[in-house]
Amino acid sequence: MAENTPFFDEMRRASGVRMPYEDYSTWFDKQDVARLAQKSEEAERFFRRTGITFNVYGQEDAEERLIPFDLVPRILSNSEWTKLARGVEQRVRAINAFLHDIYNRQEILRAGVVPRSLIASNDAFLPQMMDFTPPGGVYTHIVGTDIVRTGENEFYVLEDNARTPSGVSYMLENRETMLQMFPELFSQIKVQRVSDYPKNLRASLEASAPPNCEGRPFVVVLTPGIHNSAYYEHSFLADQMGVELVEGHDLRILDGRIAVRTTRGYRTVDVIYRRVDDAFLDPLSFNPQSMLGVPGIMDIYRSGSITIANAPGTGVSDDKAIYSYMPEIVEFYTGEKAILKNVETHRCSEPDSLAYVLENLSELVVKEVHGSGGYGMLVGPAASKEEIETFRQKLKARPANYIAQPTLSLSTVPIFTEKGLAPRHVDLRPFALVSPGEINIVPGGLTRVALTEGSLVVNSSQGGGTKDTWVLES
Amino acid sequence: MLGKTAGGLYWMFRGLERAENTARLIEAGFRIALTRSTDPASDWRSVIVTSAQQAAFEARYDAYTSQNVSNFLLRDPMNPSSVLSVIKSARDNARLVRTALTTEVWVAVNETWMVLTDLLGHTIPDAELPQTLEAIRQQSALVRGALYGTMLRNDVYNFCRLGTFVERADSTARIVDVKYHALLPSPAYVGSRMDNVQWEMILRSVSAHRSFRHAVQDDYNAANITEFLILDPRFPRSLAFCAQRITENLEALQIEYGDESPSLNAARALQSRITDRDIASIFDEGLHEFISQTIIDVAATGSTIEKQYRFTS
Repeated sequence: MAENTPFFDEMRRASGVRMPYEDYSTWFDKQDVARLAQKSEEAERFFRRTGITFNVYGQEDAEERLIPFDLVPRILSNSEWTKLARGVEQRVRAINAFLHDIYNRQEILRAGVVPRSLIASNDAFLPQMMDFTPPGGVYTHIVGTDIVRTGENEFYVLEDNARTPSGVSYMLENRETMLQMFPELFSQIKVQRVSDYPKNLRASLEASAPPNCEGRPFVVVLTPGIHNSAYYEHSFLADQMGVELVEGHDLRILDGRIAVRTTRGYRTVDVIYRRVDDAFLDPLSFNPQSMLGVPGIMDIYRSGSITIANAPGTGVSDDKAIYSYMPEIVEFYTGEKAILKNVETHRCSEPDSLAYVLENLSELVVKEVHGSGGYGMLVGPAASKEEIETFRQKLKARPANYIAQPTLSLSTVPIFTEKGLAPRHVDLRPFALVSPGEINIVPGGLTRVALTEGSLVVNSSQGGGTKDTWVLES
Repeated sequence: MLGKTAGGLYWMFRGLERAENTARLIEAGFRIALTRSTDPASDWRSVIVTSAQQAAFEARYDAYTSQNVSNFLLRDPMNPSSVLSVIKSARDNARLVRTALTTEVWVAVNETWMVLTDLLGHTIPDAELPQTLEAIRQQSALVRGALYGTMLRNDVYNFCRLGTFVERADSTARIVDVKYHALLPSPAYVGSRMDNVQWEMILRSVSAHRSFRHAVQDDYNAANITEFLILDPRFPRSLAFCAQRITENLEALQIEYGDESPSLNAARALQSRITDRDIASIFDEGLHEFISQTIIDVAATGSTIEKQYRFTS
């Protein structure tokens, strides 16, 4: 059981149940396992019926999958969370300052803190964003920072996800499901609410509206359409915020503004929460084949008449090579030491690092610099000899395309199985909302869990599940 | 409301209505082919003709059998009007307009899609056909009930209803059109066995064989069946009833939006052409001519709605 593994289990230590889990553990011990199993099936039926599914790319559209939901919550104490939230806020503040700097005076490059080559060679860097400040100075309206834990006070940021982080709908649905399944639990244990997120998201987007907006800002969510893997989330968020969900072909340019086609003609749009990647946003500026965007929207954007959230070009800070400089970036812009740690990162573009990485492939996690979603990575300890050799060739062919990190001993939280509780590795994605006035972080976030015993990959596209995440009131 | 959303709602409910109408049609055909017929192939052909898909059917199947017809109309993915295809597209439309629907309506449509995808996933033996058709009807009732019970009476609701009644008017008109020979009041044929079978088939295909008896209190004859299908304002599938509902929903939209409404003008014209007369004058005009013109007018009203409310750019 957990006590004998080298991993930090967040619920049970050799010394007993950890403090944040005490009340839950007491409750759990009184539960009938058969009843819980039945609840678990009910939850799955509920998700299916309500269509809380995601599409898997490259498969027939019949393939709509559920993200498995585990009914044991991941629980953080108030003080653990306070520290995490301060760390996330600091990091998000630094990222926005960094983006503004990179797209304007580039002082951090002049100061030699971050090498110029990392920007020049970065596909996510958009020259179209140079010498321009988005409305309110906000670049990353929504950030979903991936955090892992390895010990009592050991938290690491794994990725910053400053483009269009997804998963917040699962955070909200998971809580809703828990409330329905175990209402009595929430009367016994005081958990901080997450349900204000849609309201806060809308307020945050409205606060970032362009200066020439008249009256209450008109906000829309821009989706690539019903076949996108995250479509459920797009429609869910639009619905919860009470705003329209649009596709590119619903929008056009009218009198220098972006307008949406309604049953009564065209209406001006002020803020676009876009879930369409940069490359597809404007066929005139980026990918000319794109059918998902709005031709000419970048011109309107640069004229200051529309807010695009997140701003185009924020991916430059998502890059894993940039990530390795994040402690320096935080210090450069905030004048403070980073509260949250970075994972030690070997840049394979540097010959010494490359040699070390090639030497230690079976111990390391190797990632593509621009990759995401758990694709294109090597988890050394879990890989076969053949997989390691294949990866070695890729690495030698394009070293600058990769970084490597030690395999972290990710913390575990128990999941519910037929045989009782069993520890599985987890990560955490808190969601930060940035508006000109403030940074608002929803208590908790999305906990992803690797359901396969021993697995370290939590991505939903690769067999991961989710848990409700609790931050205790006190 | 977004034009796209209005279009999604309208087409979603056209699809659901079409699925239900197809199930009715098969039910009528099945009943007659099984119990009354000396020539089942011709009864099944008549089902296909009524669904206006003779050419498409004959291109894909070589014989009019219950198996082929039910395959084609219920579950053929190559047939865009099969129940399976229209339910899938209705559900895609529901996903598209998810934010305009209540959770109840969305769940009902999603569940309909889940249940029917499962049921129609394999060939349906004749013995299972009645339960399958029953499931299609029940699922439609579920969606309709959720719509009635939970949706605000606003433009969203109006576009849903417009889809339903435009599709239904078209469907009833086509049934009359295909059978108009049987519905002509020709003394030489009245009471012949052939006509009785045809009439029952017609009434069954609009689920009206019982309500006709209650409402009309008379034996079947060509004139009173035709009058019932076209003019009876009590019968929810009559052309008069559908035209009335189309007009009402467009009036509501006109009041809510306050704009000039070409669709409303078209609907009012359609309605008065149907209801400002009695059955005798329809026969005078020529039943076939009258129905052909009605089908054209319904389609024209539909496309005026699409254009006026900017379903597409």
